[in-house]
Amino acid sequence: MQKKLMIGNAAVAEGLKDAGCRLVSSYPGTPSTEITEHASKLNDPNLYCEWAPNEKVAVETAAGAAIAGARAFAAQKHVGLNVAADPLYTMSYIGVNGGLVIAVADDPGMHSSQNEQDSRHHARASKTLMLEPADSQECYDFTKLAFSLSESFDTPVLLRLTTRIAHSTSLVETKEDEKPAVKEYEKNIAKNVMMPAMAIKRHVFVEERFDKETEWADTCEINKVEMNDTKIGVIAAGITYQYAKEALGDKASYLKLGCVYPLPVKLIKDFASKVETLYVLEQLDPFIEEHCKALGVKVIGKEKFTKLGEYSQTMIKEKILGEKNEILSTDIDVPGRPPVLCAGCPHRGLYSALKQLDVFVSGDIGCYTLGALAPLQMMDTTICMGASVSSLHGRNKVRPDESKKSVCVIGDSTFIHSGITGLINIAYNQTNSKVIILDNSITGMTGHQQNPTTGKRINGDPTTAVDLESLCKAVGINRVIVVDPYDIPATKKAIEEELSVDAPSVIISRRPCALLKEVKHNPPFTVETDKCVGCKACLKIGCPAISIKDKKSQIDFTQCVGCGMCTPYCKFDAIKEGK
Amino acid sequence: MTKSIMIVGVGGQGTLLASRLLGNALLKANYDVKISEVHGMSQRGGSVVTYVRYGESVDSPIIEKGEADIILSFEQLEAARWLPYLKATGKIIVNTQCIDPMPVITGQATYPDGIISSLKKIADVLPVNALELAMTAGNPKAVNVALIGVMASQTEIPYEVWIETIKETVPEKFLELNLKAFDLGYAKN
Repeated sequence: MQKKLMIGNAAVAEGLKDAGCRLVSSYPGTPSTEITEHASKLNDPNLYCEWAPNEKVAVETAAGAAIAGARAFAAQKHVGLNVAADPLYTMSYIGVNGGLVIAVADDPGMHSSQNEQDSRHHARASKTLMLEPADSQECYDFTKLAFSLSESFDTPVLLRLTTRIAHSTSLVETKEDEKPAVKEYEKNIAKNVMMPAMAIKRHVFVEERFDKETEWADTCEINKVEMNDTKIGVIAAGITYQYAKEALGDKASYLKLGCVYPLPVKLIKDFASKVETLYVLEQLDPFIEEHCKALGVKVIGKEKFTKLGEYSQTMIKEKILGEKNEILSTDIDVPGRPPVLCAGCPHRGLYSALKQLDVFVSGDIGCYTLGALAPLQMMDTTICMGASVSSLHGRNKVRPDESKKSVCVIGDSTFIHSGITGLINIAYNQTNSKVIILDNSITGMTGHQQNPTTGKRINGDPTTAVDLESLCKAVGINRVIVVDPYDIPATKKAIEEELSVDAPSVIISRRPCALLKEVKHNPPFTVETDKCVGCKACLKIGCPAISIKDKKSQIDFTQCVGCGMCTPYCKFDAIKEGK
Repeated sequence: MTKSIMIVGVGGQGTLLASRLLGNALLKANYDVKISEVHGMSQRGGSVVTYVRYGESVDSPIIEKGEADIILSFEQLEAARWLPYLKATGKIIVNTQCIDPMPVITGQATYPDGIISSLKKIADVLPVNALELAMTAGNPKAVNVALIGVMASQTEIPYEVWIETIKETVPEKFLELNLKAFDLGYAKN
């Protein structure tokens, strides 16, 4: 078959199809999202795909399918696996019937994440085999291999990606094999019902499995030795292997690990004995390094290389060979360009209203986290998905006097993911918490995925939609109102009124994301320069389409979508609707 | 010998299509290709970068300071930001469009003057008014393909390969517009 260019995530999806995977259930999260999107777009009648409300539901859905005898898969970003850790750790005991593969995408350098956790620790803690591909071809091959390993060792298999693997494009050759049928399901309480008496026995199995897996890791094809010059030896996996190869070429010998848990023992000792100086190159934590040191193998790792951020070929070349690139420089003072809420973003209207009210804002994970940046800066805390709601309740319990000056903001998808449980706590344990749901009819930050509130499934098919108003009322919130954030004065007034009431409230700020295809844009607004006095009041809204040129305000017609949120800010009537 | 091209700009400017076109053209010209870009938060109006590397066999998908043979910048300030990534012998193509970043809009910083003349003092710079080219072609949204046209003229990939790639990558509806924009860019050199 002809080779094709694919991002790592698409290659995983192709691997799912060609491995005969039957079910994919995931929650979107950068950099893992495109696996499930691409799998759905393959339109294979045997490969069912869905967006689940959260990662725990996704992994449990896949677990159910695997126990039922079908090959199944779930994908999430690193922090998503924390949400799904509960089913993972026990599925490790149960094992599988049809293969179960769980992809986890780490984000070293935090391009789009709230922490820099190293998910290899989940493999060790849950005693689950973990593979780590180093390019798109390996994403494809390892996905297929993961299913057969899952079935032969009777274990879920973790497939670890990092941003530069998930989002890098390289050539892939696919190969259609015979796909396994769905296996028979037989009731087996000892294996599939994890209560103490059964789990005690399964733990014995898990430890024995670990020994077998380690033996396999010592001899498997995906843990490869490449002998070149033996002065320098490098142990690396995933993208770091590519950086090392780029930096050192044949000046070093390599032990490239495709399986990062369990780690080989004999193979490492043997490789170490053949090279003079041995480096372990790995982003984030000293995971392989600590294993080597525990084996008594002398390696250089984190004493020379950082635990922070991403590695690169230049960094490795500099630290090992002492060679530096020649770098051009100018004296231009380049201002930063942080990400911003888009022109026409409905979140801007909501934050502008909150800014006028000067309230404490408990924030959450999504595009709207950008409201924390200048000039809006309307966020006080952001922890993880759903925490805006539950942590506001905690705050209001210890600072009840300030509950009338405090709100939380959470997106529609995030609310369904894990905000609803926090809201139930507010109703149940009684605080006057004010929960604002930013309902923009889509999961925005990850690039427009459907969710249970949008009325559409992953492939666009119509389905039932969660009625947020009824849901909030059903859990015991009596005050539920809906506002249009494009109308900033009305939004402000409505929130002000809810803040004054001694009862919990939900305020749904409803307006679809301006980037949605079905959202019609108005012609771009313009500034009448003779009316503009250059007071800069319109800049307070923080719209990327508005700037100052020659002391007058101007609107960039390539960006403006004609939302009109800026007009109330101009006291001189200088901003005009477009024609 | 592996060659390195960077495409830089502001999230939303269409740099992703540009890198897809380049990747497909390189594949058609029988190179090994690796492309790396970051999706997610930075796409929302932030500074965005795509790395494209090609040759007989490519290892790392990323480009570091001092390694780019060509930088294609969709915006002036971004050209200045990413300049350190250019090889001393490299070439930087700069769209003359300026987009104020939020720190400039809010007055915390100023947009530097004379970026292109400063860059010219130390590097091989090719400035292009791609917005004008796109408008001539018929739609400001064709800026990305006009810029790809300029860059195409700087690579060893044959013209016909580019045209074929555009025909395969761009939807029928926008094909005429994009071919026109590409040609206007290609003729710029």
